[in-house]
Parts: sequence; C-alpha cells; structure tokens
Amino acid sequence: MGVDNPLGDNVITTSLDLLVNWSRKSSIWPMTFGLACCAIEMMATGASHNDLDRFGIIFRASPRQSDCIIIAGTVTKKMLPVIMTVYEQMPEPKWVIAMGACACSGGIFDTYSVVQGIDEALPVDVYIPGCPPRPEALLFGLLKLQDKIMQERNSFGNAIGLGERYIPEAA
Amino acid sequence: MAATETMTLNMGPQHPSTHGVLRLVLELDGEVIVKVTPHIGFLHRGVEKLSEHRTYHQILPLTDRLDYLAPMSNNLGYILAVEKLMAVEVPDRAETIRIIMAELTRLESHLVWIACHALDIGAMTVFIYAFRERETVMEIYELISGARMTSNFFRVGGLSQDVPDEFVKKVSDFIDVMPGYLDQYEGLLTTNPIWLKRTVGNGVISAEDAIDIGLTGPALRGSGVDWDLRRDNPYSGYEKYQFKVPTGENCDTFDRYKVRLIEMREACKIVRQALDRLTPGPVLADCPQVCYPPKENVYNSIEGLIHHFKIASEGFVAPEGEVYQGVEAPKGELGFYIVSDGGNMPERLRIRPPSFVNLQAIEQMSVGSMIADLVAVIGTLDIVLGEIDR
Amino acid sequence: MAENNRAVVKLKETFAASIIDVVEFRGEVTVTVAKNAIIEILSFLKQSLQYNLLTDLTAVDYLGKKEERFMMVYLLYSIPNKDRLRIKTPVTEADCTIPTAIPVWKTANWLEREVFDLFGITFSGHPDLRRILMTDDWVGHPLRKDYPLQGPDREPYKGRLS
Repeated sequence: MGVDNPLGDNVITTSLDLLVNWSRKSSIWPMTFGLACCAIEMMATGASHNDLDRFGIIFRASPRQSDCIIIAGTVTKKMLPVIMTVYEQMPEPKWVIAMGACACSGGIFDTYSVVQGIDEALPVDVYIPGCPPRPEALLFGLLKLQDKIMQERNSFGNAIGLGERYIPEAA
Repeated sequence: MAATETMTLNMGPQHPSTHGVLRLVLELDGEVIVKVTPHIGFLHRGVEKLSEHRTYHQILPLTDRLDYLAPMSNNLGYILAVEKLMAVEVPDRAETIRIIMAELTRLESHLVWIACHALDIGAMTVFIYAFRERETVMEIYELISGARMTSNFFRVGGLSQDVPDEFVKKVSDFIDVMPGYLDQYEGLLTTNPIWLKRTVGNGVISAEDAIDIGLTGPALRGSGVDWDLRRDNPYSGYEKYQFKVPTGENCDTFDRYKVRLIEMREACKIVRQALDRLTPGPVLADCPQVCYPPKENVYNSIEGLIHHFKIASEGFVAPEGEVYQGVEAPKGELGFYIVSDGGNMPERLRIRPPSFVNLQAIEQMSVGSMIADLVAVIGTLDIVLGEIDR
Repeated sequence: MAENNRAVVKLKETFAASIIDVVEFRGEVTVTVAKNAIIEILSFLKQSLQYNLLTDLTAVDYLGKKEERFMMVYLLYSIPNKDRLRIKTPVTEADCTIPTAIPVWKTANWLEREVFDLFGITFSGHPDLRRILMTDDWVGHPLRKDYPLQGPDREPYKGRLS
C-alpha cells in the first residue's frame, strides 16, 4: 500500500468522509410516521420477526431526532401540508423513502383526493414498490439507502460548513 | 383571584399513539380534558367514488385496503353483498374456508389491537409477542393468496382458488398454540397493577349511550349489550357453529379488553369447528354469468379464455335494485350498501365503516379524564384510519 | 312479503299519506317516504317499533336518472328484534336541505356531516355542520355525479374504459 503501519492492526486509515458516512449509515433513525396499510408492514419490520434494530435503525417519535422519513402509505391532499411541515422540522442530513405503490405513484387510488406520488413534493431517495411491500422489501430499501449514504462525498466538509454533500456521477 | 383559562393542545396527525393519521384538538383545564374535537379525513382516498367507476370484480382489491388490519373481513362483507345482489349460491367448501379466514383475520386484527393498545399504555413486551403471532397469520395469508396483507382471495361465488394441502395443518397448528399465547398476554396484563390502574374505570360509556351513538362490535359488547351479527343475523353459514358471545359489565376499557380476549379464544374454537367440517368439493359456484371460469379451462380451452376475458374486462350485469349486507368485522358492523342501476358497475357503493361511527364516542368517553387516559381510549376503540376516511 | 313486515303495517296505519313506495328486494324492505314527515317517521320507528340503532345514513345521487336528484337513505336496525329496515326520502337539487336526525340518534352527527361534505346536502338544525373528510376550503362535493373522479383540475386518464 506504500503506507507504513507502525501501530499494527490497531489503527484503521480512512477518509473523514467515509467515517462520517459510515456512522450515518449505521444509525439511520427513521421517524415513526405511519399513513396507511404500509405502516403496518413497517411496524412488522420493526417488530420481533424482522427486527430493524440490528441495522442500527431505531424509530424515533420526533422529527427533530430523525434523519429519515419513510412515507408509508397513501398521501392525500389534506395530509400533504402536514408531511411538508414534518419534513421541514427534520435536521440535515435527511433522506426520504417512498414505501409502497401509493407513495411512489398514487397506486390504485387515482382519485380527486390523492397526491399521485410523494415525489411531487419531496426529494425521494429510495422507492420501494409493492402494495404493501413485504418487510424484506423495506429492509432491502433501507440497505439501498445505506449504500447511497456510503457513496456521498464531502459529507465531512458539509458538516463543518464547507460546501455541499454530493454523490459523484456513476462512471 | 386570577381567572383560569383553558389551554388548546393539538394532538396529531403525526403522533405515535393516534393509530395513524387522526388529529385531535384538545381543550384542557390543567391536564383534565374539557373538550375533544377529532379531525379526520387525512387518509380519504375516495374509495366510494372510485367504486362507481369499477366493475364489481374490480372493486374487490379496493376493499382490502379499507381496514387493512382485517382485509379478509372486508372482502367477505363486500362479496356477500354482491352475492346477495346476484343471488349466487356458494359451495359449502368455499363458505367454510371463508369462515376460517374471517376468524383468523379477527385474531390478526385483535393481535394488532392488543399490541398497539398495550404499547400505548407502556407495555412493550406485549407488542413484541403479538407481532410474533401475527407473523404466523400472515404466513397463512401468503400460503393461500400469495400476499401478506392485501389478499384479494375471495371471489364472487366462492374463492379464487382452492387452498394448498398444507393449509389445514398450518392453521391447525396455529390454533393449537394460540390459546397458550393468549395466556401469556393475560399473564402480562390482566393482573398487572399498572394495566389495571390505566384501564379500570377508563372510558366508561353506558349501554344506552353506546347504542345511541351507534357503537358496534366489541366496543358495544363491552358495555353489556349482547349482540353479535354472526349469531343474530348469521351469514356465510355461521349458524352452523357453536360459539359464545362475551359481554362486559362495567362498560370500561378493561371490560372491552376482556371481551376482545374472549373473542380471540372463541375465534380459535370456530376455526377448529370449521376445520372439522372441511370436506373436499368445488370452491366456486357454477354460475358462468357471474363467476370466473376454473383456471384449467382458461389455460386449456379457447372458450374458457374468452369467458375469463369477458368477466375480467366487462364484468357482469347486475339487476336493478339495492342490497345491504352487514358483517361482524373485528371492529364492529361493517356494511356494504350497493345501489345497482342495472349496469356492470354500481350506481353507488356505500361502505358503513365501524371505526368511523365508533370514533364518534371518543368525546363522550374521554371528557373529564386526563390526557394520558385519552391514549387508552383511542386504543380501546380500536380504530383504523383507512376505514374511517375511506 | 313487504306488506306483512311489522314496520310497514304500522307505518301504513299511522303515516298513510306520507308513504310513497314500499319495495322488497332480496328480502330487504325499503320504504320511501315524503321528506316533510321524515323525522316524525324516524322517531316513531325508534320509539314504538324499537329500531334503536341507526346503522347508516347516506345519500345517493341520481343525476339525470330521476326527477328528484338526491335520495337520502337511513338504514335502521332493531337490536331487540334483530331486523333491518331501510327508509328513503327524495331530496331535490333546488331545495337541497333536510331536517337533521340527531335528536333521534346521536349517531347521525358525523354521518350527516359526511353527507354534507361529499354530497352538499345541508341538514337544518345540525349543531356542527362542517366538512369532515375534505379540507375546509375544498371546492365542490366529490360524490356528486358531476364531479370528476380525478378532480376538476386534472386531465382525466384516457387509457381505460372506466
């Protein structure tokens, strides 16, 4: 590697960005925010059989303590302003997961009262299809979010106020 | 003396113990509730309007998503209403499997109820236990329909397909162990002093008030009214089964808790009787005007394929008239009122949601108590917003 | 037969002039009555014939199909006698109002608010007639037949029959 290793295996050399990303991805705290059917599967994912805690994913009740919002269910026009308020209350960095067909695209509810996909209002990071998605699908979606977080660059610089976080274009 | 003012507090729609997107505006005197104003409609998806633009077969998937904790009960209510409208006779095997699934659904819905109710009051363990058992019911759902929650398994005239061979063993194993699990929950809660403090004397509503405000299901039976649609207006062959209808005496949250637990034990007994009655036979009525053809015909003959295509795309034409079918869903009376104008889509489909009507009682049940008790009242009403807002 | 139904017999004795139609379909009895006598009839059914549970209250829009556009529907159930009865009453678009049933059953409160919200029928004497499912500033009444399924501000999807 060309780098001397005088301290043996007790020290890991890494970049600050990777360290920040690694700690962020290992403690995603989503908000407890159920909207509809998908929320039940979200609960099932967090409960005994699937157990999200082992990935460091712990549900928080307050948006101010969370860094990920899982839109689990149908978003109606009446609910959208509430979701926006909650999203704005979350501190940076924050990620959005659209869980289920309704959150991705409105699903089967192509009606007057339903927002046709949460991406009309929020920047979605991961889409999880299914009606509702199985707990395994939600787990996979969260793992995909972890991958995405690991690809971020300048996360340390952003944390100390220098520039923006970004994801390099795929080569 | 300084004048005291009441305080207005907003609870929800984003709140961990409102069971979804319920918003309550509370008027408080200290911690005592003076007034509760529920605001609903945050999950209004327009199911009733959408149903006017769907054929009778196409509406079925929408009913799954009403009370998403009890999808098969919703399916059953809707399918029975359509069968009444079309005067279709259902084969015995299909009826029996429907009852098995409806009762398993009741178990599942009550499991989620006890999990959330206990979690809201502070008993985390019950949540973990109940979701473990719920997973088994979900596996049975998946076994027969391929989906965990939105099963879409029943069809007008019977079932979409027969159940696989391992179904009977899987269900039988589950209801063998379920009463033991119920003992576990009771061991954690029934004599737990904290649980008793939080539930006894909480959310009292008298039998007369309960009927006047329209409560149905376990919430009504907890107030001592001995009324259950499965026994009093039997549907889908419930008259052939022996089961007790539990009632409460003190009209409080604890009695409603007891009623639901006994209902879960009775549901296990009904499933056992139904498994004993299960005999081989067809699972779809022989009524080509209305029902889908068997899958073998669709795959192997052109007539079957055309038949399937016609039923799936055009549906069937219903006679002019109107029917109402109420079923005893886990939350109360779930009714489907269909007005047909003689076309292939309903002129109007009205869903009578039990949670919607039950939620009206929240003010009566919680005024004068503390905010913390309100959380117990929400839990005991066992509401689900998908059904309230539709 | 509908004529032998216990409620129909009594209603014909007491309110002969107000009964428009009696129909039986699939064993369910529907009595259509005039709007001006609706509350009297409902309270008579509750007091004298033990129809103590108002199961449901809703409306149907018959735009272009009937002379009177709306039909109010009351589904009654008697817990002591375990039977059902359906009472209907026509409401015209020009006079889109009907007396409230809250004095008879408290259940009617939210159900009437829902009908007001989705059909635009007003209930005279209702203590709290606000929209319940839609937002307060919503324009139009979604369950009316002339309200488009996908809302007035969207071009409807044309890729399917329905």
